[in-house]
Amino acid sequence: MISTILIIGGGQAGAQAIDTLRKEGFGGRLVLIGDEPQLPYQRPPLSKKYLCGEMAAERLLFRHQSFYDEHRIELKLGTRAVRLDAGARQVGLAGGETLTYDRLLLCLGAESRRLTCPGAELAGVHYLRGLADVAPIQTGFKPQARVVIIGGGYIGLETAATCRKMGCEVTVLEMADRIMNRVVAPAVSQYFAAEHRLHGVDILCDMRVTRLEGRERVERVVCADGSSHEADLVIVGVGAVATTELAISAGLACDNGIVVDEYCRTSDAAIYAAGDCTNHPSPRFGRRVRLESVDNAFEQAKTAALNMLDRPVAHDRVPWFWSDQFDNKLLIVGLSQDYDRQVLRGDPASRSFSVCYLKGSELLAVEAVNHSKDYMAARKLIADRTPLQADRLADASLALKDAV
Amino acid sequence: MAKIVFIEPGGRRREVDAQPGVTLMETARRHDVQGVIARCGGACACATCHVYVDPAWLPRLEPREEMEEAMLENAWEPRENSRLSCQIQITADLDGLQVTVPQRQADGNGA
Repeated sequence: MISTILIIGGGQAGAQAIDTLRKEGFGGRLVLIGDEPQLPYQRPPLSKKYLCGEMAAERLLFRHQSFYDEHRIELKLGTRAVRLDAGARQVGLAGGETLTYDRLLLCLGAESRRLTCPGAELAGVHYLRGLADVAPIQTGFKPQARVVIIGGGYIGLETAATCRKMGCEVTVLEMADRIMNRVVAPAVSQYFAAEHRLHGVDILCDMRVTRLEGRERVERVVCADGSSHEADLVIVGVGAVATTELAISAGLACDNGIVVDEYCRTSDAAIYAAGDCTNHPSPRFGRRVRLESVDNAFEQAKTAALNMLDRPVAHDRVPWFWSDQFDNKLLIVGLSQDYDRQVLRGDPASRSFSVCYLKGSELLAVEAVNHSKDYMAARKLIADRTPLQADRLADASLALKDAV
Repeated sequence: MAKIVFIEPGGRRREVDAQPGVTLMETARRHDVQGVIARCGGACACATCHVYVDPAWLPRLEPREEMEEAMLENAWEPRENSRLSCQIQITADLDGLQVTVPQRQADGNGA
């Protein structure tokens, strides 16, 4: 008999798990423990509409307090779980309280990878992960303020676009030879670099940051090539690592994330995990993955919730991601590793094109720039493993779904 | 305030108060209207907030933009009166708007 379910982590996965558990009829004690003080909220707008002040904080919330009251959710927010005893099925909170569970769901998320170079701890160096990170960045938004962004990935570039919109002078320092190198094809990197430059962002690649300098606060960022970049504000977006400390301390199997099976079960039968913190199998792609993805967080949480209620259902999704930079929308579906051929559809100069990744006749992934139609078609083609013809695929006058 | 009527996938009629300035999708989520998933939170990236607008109301809405149009083409059972509710801004003029939530959404999620 399952009478108490604890959820640690109040992000997207935690919020979704509550929804599913109550909708599926779980009537027992349901507790959500989150280290942030706010009700569960959406993170994607933090680098976009919320950062530039176009969206009130209240609109970030998934649910309002009345929902939690109505569904009898015990919220323990602003509270860190510091101890997990899997044998005794107990969680200890920072305040000293101990909670006992029948089932535990870990939705611990991921945390920003920190800079370790000299000067990294100076005031004025920011990361953007949670709501509390936003206000300190916003106070630095003064016209002509010099913002240096370390890292040309999604967060760095979305933040660069927003800072530019707020009137700041923006420089992006990317370590690799092109921006977003780990997630998109060169054609897509080139397109976005050109868009940023057009909007006045200084995109500099092959830049390895060696130290940050300043007296009381950061004043400049120094790179290995000897270049120095004056800064009033530094924002670091150099990736994220899965939050696994609690899981490791409890002896759960971890390997670049908490290891779970397709039912979201950890190595302990009473403990499940969902979202960015997991290393999970992807049946569609035949290997283990760790994803930083809104959809994956929601779907794994749903799967975990159903399995916790002894309704076996496997997690098998084609991952998808999006990024908004200036007036461009980048939509990505699938996983591109293991491809043997890239096919460009359309002309980047038209501002709407896509890059398709094939393995033989099988579509593995699509990166669509301002091309929602290809993206939506690809979601289905990839999930169904529909064989495609590469020559038809390259003909952008044909709809992607007709490249069969 | 504007009164909005949602017909949920199960047929239940929900009449809710909507605040001008938010979207129709946010209104649905706030009132826990079943079947409006809104996975991407309003970024026009998922087509899981798809609704059918009462045809009488269609001419009174801002027309679909190209991106919404493209997303809807591959939504679950799109029709002439399909819209993504995240792209409809609530205004006082929409008082009385009625929309029907489809049985499923694009990502394979049922209601």
